[in-house]
Amino acid sequence: MSILVDKNTRLLVQGITGREGTFHTNQMIAYGTNVVGGVTPGKGGQWFEGDDKRVPIFDTVKSAVEATGANASIIFVPARFAVDAIYEAADAGVDLIVCLTEHIPVLDMIAARAYLETRRITLVGPNCPGLLTPGQAKVGIIPGNIAMPGNVGVVSKSGTLTYEVVDALTRRGIGQTTCVGIGGDPISGVSFIDVLQLFEDDPETEQIIMIGEIGGNAEEQAAAYIARHMTKRVTAFIAGRTAPPGRRMGHAGAIVEGGSGTADGKITALRQAGVTVADHPDQIVDLIG
Amino acid sequence: MNLHEYQAKRLFAEHGVPIPDGKVASSPAEARQIARELGGRVVVKSQVLTGGRGKAGGIGLANSPDEAEAQAARILGMDIKGFKVRRVLVDRQAPGIKQEIYLAVLIDRAARRPMIMASAAGGMDIEEVAATTPEKILTVHIEPALGVRGYQATYLASAMDLPRELWRDFHKMVASLYACFQANDASLTEINPLVITGEGKLLALDGKMSIDDNALSRQTRLAEMRDTDEEPPAEREARLSGINFIQLEGNIGCMVNGAGLAMTTMDVIKLFGGAPANFLDIGGGAKAEQVATALRLILSDPNVKAVLINIFGGITRGDEVARGIIEALAQIDTAVPLIVRLAGTNAKEGMEILAEAKMETAVTLSDAAQKAVAAAKRGAS
Repeated sequence: MSILVDKNTRLLVQGITGREGTFHTNQMIAYGTNVVGGVTPGKGGQWFEGDDKRVPIFDTVKSAVEATGANASIIFVPARFAVDAIYEAADAGVDLIVCLTEHIPVLDMIAARAYLETRRITLVGPNCPGLLTPGQAKVGIIPGNIAMPGNVGVVSKSGTLTYEVVDALTRRGIGQTTCVGIGGDPISGVSFIDVLQLFEDDPETEQIIMIGEIGGNAEEQAAAYIARHMTKRVTAFIAGRTAPPGRRMGHAGAIVEGGSGTADGKITALRQAGVTVADHPDQIVDLIG
Repeated sequence: MNLHEYQAKRLFAEHGVPIPDGKVASSPAEARQIARELGGRVVVKSQVLTGGRGKAGGIGLANSPDEAEAQAARILGMDIKGFKVRRVLVDRQAPGIKQEIYLAVLIDRAARRPMIMASAAGGMDIEEVAATTPEKILTVHIEPALGVRGYQATYLASAMDLPRELWRDFHKMVASLYACFQANDASLTEINPLVITGEGKLLALDGKMSIDDNALSRQTRLAEMRDTDEEPPAEREARLSGINFIQLEGNIGCMVNGAGLAMTTMDVIKLFGGAPANFLDIGGGAKAEQVATALRLILSDPNVKAVLINIFGGITRGDEVARGIIEALAQIDTAVPLIVRLAGTNAKEGMEILAEAKMETAVTLSDAAQKAVAAAKRGAS
C-alpha cells in the first residue's frame, strides 16, 4: 500500500509540451508511472514522442479524461495559466491534482481552494515537488533513484530538503511508502494533517517523518492533530531556526510575522504532542532507526 | 513587497477611502511649499519601510510653513531602524481627533480566507492591545466568492460601539478597503489610526500596504512603486538574476539550492557554533552563470570568512554548479576558503570538475557545516 499515488494511477500531464513538462514526463515514464495523456491547448491530436513511450496530446483535460480514463493530473503550466489549469482539471473530474507551479498569486489560490472544497478532489501543491511512491509511481520531480520501497511515510513543505532526508533514509536501508511534498505557499492544497491522516490509515506505513518550516501555523495544527489522533510514531524537523523575522525565506509562506510562525514555537508544539524533533536533518535517520 | 505610507494611502483613496490632503517632499523647501498650499497646519511624516516611526521621532507637527520646513529639515536624513529617511509626507492636520480605530484586511492562512480585523482601541499601541486584551480585536472572514457583506460591517461597527450615525460611512470604509485589497493583490491593507475627526467624520490618517510578490507580474504599476533605495544593492542584483538572497550578520556565506534546504544549512551552521552571512537559494535548475553571480554576491561581503556550498541536485545538476564555481573563481581573486558538498544529480561529475580547484569537500551537511565553521574561525583569528 501507499497513499495518493500507486501503480493504478493513470496520469495526465497538463503542459506536456513545455520544457519542464517534456523533461519530467520522460523522467516519470522512465520511473514506471503510467502517463496516459498530455494536455496542451492547440496541440490536440498530436503525439508526445517520449524517450520510452508515445503519449497522445489533447486540447482539453475533459477530452483527455474521456479518452484515457485518467484519474490524476499533474500541472507543469506557467503561473499565469496554472490556476485555470487547476479549475479545468477539477471540472474534468480527476481525483487528484498535483500542481508544481511556483509564484501563483495568493488571492487566486484562496478562490481555487474555496472552489475545490465544494468537490471531492485532492490538490497537492502548488509550488511543490509532487509525490513519489517508490517502485510504483512518481508524480512530480522527486528524483526516483534516491528512494526505495519501505514503511516510512514522508511529508514535507520543502523540495530539496526532502531529497536530503529521503536519500539519507535509503542509504541506511530504510524504505518509504510514499513521499509527499505539500509545498511552501501560504495557501495550498493538502495540509500536513490531511497527509498524516492518510498515513495513519495506510496499513503499510509504520512511522512518519514530517518536515516543516517557519511561517503560518500548519505545524502547530499538525501537532494538535497528532496528540489527539495519531497512533503511529512521528519524527519531525523544522527549518528556519536562524531565519530573521519579517523576511520571506524563499518560499512565499516561509516568514515569521509578528512573532508567530517561529521555528521554536513549532518545535515546542510538536514536542508537547510527543513528536521527536531532530536538531539537524542528518539526525533524523538516527532517531527513527 | 511593502509600500510607503503615501503610496498606500493614494491607493486607498482610489477606492474611496477618505485620506488627508497631502504631498511628498524630499527637501525642507518643498515641505514648506506644500505646507503653505495646505494652509499651514500640517504633520510631517518620515517615509521609511518600517514601523515605530512615531516613537523614533520620525513624525512632527507643524503649525506654519516655517515649522514644516524645520520639521522636514530635522526628519530628512534621520536613521530609523537602519532606514535613512529620504522623503517626508506632508499631510494637512486632522480637524481634531475624537477616537482612534484600527481597521485592516489581511490573509488568514489557517482559515484560507481574507480576514477583516478591527478594534476600537486603535493607535500606536495596537500590538500591545492584541497581546494583553485580545477580546478587543474583532475579526470576520470574507468568503471570496461573496466579498464583504453588509451585515459583517454592521457587526464590526456595533461590536466596536461606533456612533450609529457613522455606521453607513464605516460600511463604505470597509468595502473600500477590501476592494483596494482585492484589486491590488495585497496581502495587507491596514489603516491605523482610522480616526473620527472633531467634525465627526472618518479619516484614514495612516496607511500600510503589502503586495503579494507573486502578483507583481500582473500588477505592473505597483511593481514600479518598489523603493529600490531601501533595498541593499546585493539583494537587488540577486533579485534581478532570479536568486533569492538575504544579507545577514554572520561570517559564513551560504549557497544552496532550494529554500528549505537553504534555511536548514543556515540552521546547521548555527548549531555547530557558526553564524551564516546570508540566506541564498539559487533556485531550481540554476545554470553556471547564476552560480557564478551568487558566489560573487557572497564574496562581495567583507565579513565573509568562509563559504559553504550545499547542493542537492534534483533539477539542478552538480556539474553545472561546479562549472559556475570555477567560472566565478576565474574572475575573483579570493583567499576565502570554500567548502563544497554536492549530492544528487551529477554530483560525481561535479566533484571531478572541482577536484582541480583544490577546495575542501564534504559528504554530509553536518560534516560540511563543521568544516565551514572551523574554516571561518581560522579566517577570523
